[in-house]
Amino acid sequence: METVLNDGNFEEEVLNSEMPVLVDFWAEWCTPCLMVAPAIEEISRKYAGRLKVGKLNVDENPLISAKYGIQSIPTFVIFKNGKVLGQTAGAMPKEALEAKIGEILDE
Amino acid sequence: MSEYDIVIIGGGPAGLTAGLYTARARLKTLLLEKIAPGGQAALAWTIENYPGFPEGIGGPELMERTRKQAEKYGLEIKSGEVVKVSASSEDERSKRKIEKVVNTKEEEYKSVALIVATGTRPRKLEVPGEERLIGRGVSYCATCDGPLFKNRKVVVVGGGDAAVEEALFLSKFAEKVTLIHRRDELRASKIIEERAVSNSKLEFLWKSVVTEILGETEVEGVKVRNLETGKDLTLEAKGIFVSIGAIPNTGFLKGVVEMDEEGFIITDENMETSVKGIYACGDVRKKLLRQVVTACGEGATAGFAAGQYVGKWEDKTKR
Ligand SMILES: Cc1cc2nc3c(=O)[nH]c(=O)nc-3n(C[C@H](O)[C@H](O)[C@H](O)COP(=O)(O)OP(=O)(O)OC[C@H]3O[C@@H](n4cnc5c(N)ncnc54)[C@H](O)[C@@H]3O)c2cc1C
Repeated sequence: METVLNDGNFEEEVLNSEMPVLVDFWAEWCTPCLMVAPAIEEISRKYAGRLKVGKLNVDENPLISAKYGIQSIPTFVIFKNGKVLGQTAGAMPKEALEAKIGEILDE
Repeated sequence: MSEYDIVIIGGGPAGLTAGLYTARARLKTLLLEKIAPGGQAALAWTIENYPGFPEGIGGPELMERTRKQAEKYGLEIKSGEVVKVSASSEDERSKRKIEKVVNTKEEEYKSVALIVATGTRPRKLEVPGEERLIGRGVSYCATCDGPLFKNRKVVVVGGGDAAVEEALFLSKFAEKVTLIHRRDELRASKIIEERAVSNSKLEFLWKSVVTEILGETEVEGVKVRNLETGKDLTLEAKGIFVSIGAIPNTGFLKGVVEMDEEGFIITDENMETSVKGIYACGDVRKKLLRQVVTACGEGATAGFAAGQYVGKWEDKTKR
């Protein structure tokens, strides 16, 4: 299950998280975001216990979106110990996203 | 390894229509799609030139309906990016039915016929600053990112239908849209040009090209050169939307089928490529008009022709 993130809980859920976190920045009007949504859900199930997957709606949460300079969605950002380890914009194949996740989990 | 009558690569309008036809012909068909069914057509805000929808229809809705229609008749859709295709040369005497091998990163599939419908991807400007600022203000899809530029100044580069449509869409959100085009007139269809000219938020910079995108961590502007005077100017903008044409997704087919210099696949009128049993349809083909309606028409022809090819092999193996 994905965690619903917002400007209010971001610090606690993402920056202070013990597990690495994949954040999916999205919006309802964004077709590519909706297209990759099933893949993101699959990833959240597949990596349960090893990776937290969060979704942040950019329309409703301008503060965090601005802080990370989100100007294209979907954007995926991977956090570990409060730091950004990787950031990539645009819909991409599930395997490609998993490859990036793999790199970070293997470290 | 799984065996199919037909494997279709790409789930845009061309691939889904091909699948609709082959599934209805009761051919065992697999469609492989890299990201999600719908293709580029799912990025179109409204499609006004697809017959049957006088009010226009949203690209995502049209593609969702097409996918459902194909699946209803038994088309199997799997996610996977095809990275390699090989075709053993046709040997009529050995009566071998399996001819084409398709590889994704994880799996291998065999089929009698193959339909390539992988479409195109946006061409880049290839100027300094572009790579660094992708996702940071440089975008290739206004319908994806446009609403993030509410009350900002944005630039659209290009002068065809797609570019002008992008500019019109952006004008709903942006404070100002500047369209930069290398010629002194648009290449868009008349109805779209009329809308552009009468749009008060839209400005044009003719005979000009972008030479650099400015900004360290996000876009702050562009450097523009006037091709006539040779003079440079700097334009302030938060978003740069690039719409200067398309590059075919055919890298995985290099050396397998015949292509033109740009990599578009050459076919005959039945959509067959230089290799027997491999068909191509939609934007990936060398052709005049790249639209949903032509993609669908070609998908139908490719599906039908591939079906005939499969039938021919079945006859041979049964004899
Ligand atoms: C913003 C925008 C607006 C548009 N507006 C209109 C309009 O109003 N009217 C109109 O008629 N046309 C419009 N078009 C053009 C139209 O979208 C295309 O002509 C049409 O989508 C082409 O269909 P296709 O099936 O050939 O390719 P695509 O739609 O590009 O589909 C190709 C599919 O193949 C997949 N793929 C690529 N490589 C691989 C691989 N190696 N393995 C597996 N899968 C792969 C891709 O992910 C994609 O889903 C628009 C295009 C854009 C971008």
